Amino acid sequence: MPKIKVPKHSPSIDMTPMVDLAFLLVTFFMLAAIPRETDPVDVTTPSSISEKIIPDNNLTVTIDKGGRVFMNLSHSDARTEMLQNMAAKYKVGLTEEQTKKFTIMTSFGCSMKELPQYLDLTSEERKRFNTIGIPTDSTKNELKDWIYYGNIAALNTGQTKFLEAEMKGDKPNANDFKPKFILKVDGKAAYIFAQQVIDIFRDLNLNNLNFITSAEKAPK
Amino acid sequence: MAEIAEGGGGHDKGGKKRPKKGSTRIDMTPMVDLGFLLLTFFVMTTTFSKPKVMSLTYPAKIEDKPLEKPLPINNGITFLLTKDKVFYYTGQFYAPGNADGKPVTILEETNFSPSDPKGLRKLLADKNAFVIKEKLLLDEKLKRKQIADTTYERMLNQFMSKKEALKVLIKTDDKTTCENFIDLVDEVKIAQIGVVAPLELMKSEADLLKAKL
Repeated sequence: MPKIKVPKHSPSIDMTPMVDLAFLLVTFFMLAAIPRETDPVDVTTPSSISEKIIPDNNLTVTIDKGGRVFMNLSHSDARTEMLQNMAAKYKVGLTEEQTKKFTIMTSFGCSMKELPQYLDLTSEERKRFNTIGIPTDSTKNELKDWIYYGNIAALNTGQTKFLEAEMKGDKPNANDFKPKFILKVDGKAAYIFAQQVIDIFRDLNLNNLNFITSAEKAPK
Repeated sequence: MAEIAEGGGGHDKGGKKRPKKGSTRIDMTPMVDLGFLLLTFFVMTTTFSKPKVMSLTYPAKIEDKPLEKPLPINNGITFLLTKDKVFYYTGQFYAPGNADGKPVTILEETNFSPSDPKGLRKLLADKNAFVIKEKLLLDEKLKRKQIADTTYERMLNQFMSKKEALKVLIKTDDKTTCENFIDLVDEVKIAQIGVVAPLELMKSEADLLKAKL
């Protein structure tokens, strides 16, 4: 005779919802993490108490420990425009593919002569590329031209974005769309290297600069 | 002959032979483990915080010639920076043998230590006591919601540009590191000083600095 069985609960619980959630989060964090392409140089910035967040439309000049100069422009359309102007001025022929690569890249640091070769490398190879960075000396001041064309290109994109925002009916502040100039300097770099770059900015009448700093707690 | 014996002799327990019924559930534990491992990894490596910036306005370039005559300045302090050391003098600069016949400016040394009574933080707080006092009053008002955020900002900026507020000039020699410079600007901002101008080092100041080292 079979006994009356007490309905036995399975010791395993249904994990499906938890798993769903976990994988949703995994996907989210993966997508959020991947698009960061790494910079060709590592820079340790000094710290400050400033809480101002880096503006969207920016032109960043990076100076590493040895004083090499790299540059980056945040908006990709502006990058293409800047590159075309620079290539025309220095008469450097670039293929379509190289232009495209430049557009999706982060900071770059090389002379105009090295540029086609530099663009053909992968981002890992660029870290090891033997270069003196963007030339800043007064006889061959390529950085000045980069900043000049970069500023114009970033202003144009800023204006387009501003008009788009206005069309949408928001009340945008025109100042937020103007390009801001950022200096990312290594704490160990000599200040004269930074001064050289700052002087180039000042020559172009761009006097308001921002230094990237790691956050530090403000004293009471 | 070469057949494989099937089944063996006779039925096992009698009745029909049933195909084994597999459970519809699979063990998800390993997958979940992996899922959470990945989750932890991405949570830890993703940085959402955008970098912070400290803004600084440089004086516009008017002429190419470097400045050789000291600027007249009201309630100002000038810092001379060199590698990991900082010197200062207050007010006008008087070079040896100046036309006014004033005694030569003496450089004082200070340091970046926040707790040192002779340090930069204490020095700037003392010199800029006017603005700091006004800021505390404004803070109090803001806390009691007597004034709005925007008014607070505006009033603070007003006090910072008043005659009584301290103005800071920063001059660097060629051994200064960027860290020294940014540390100094940071201290200046901590002391609520609104007017900061990085300037070129004059020849006479450079000589004075060299004598101190």
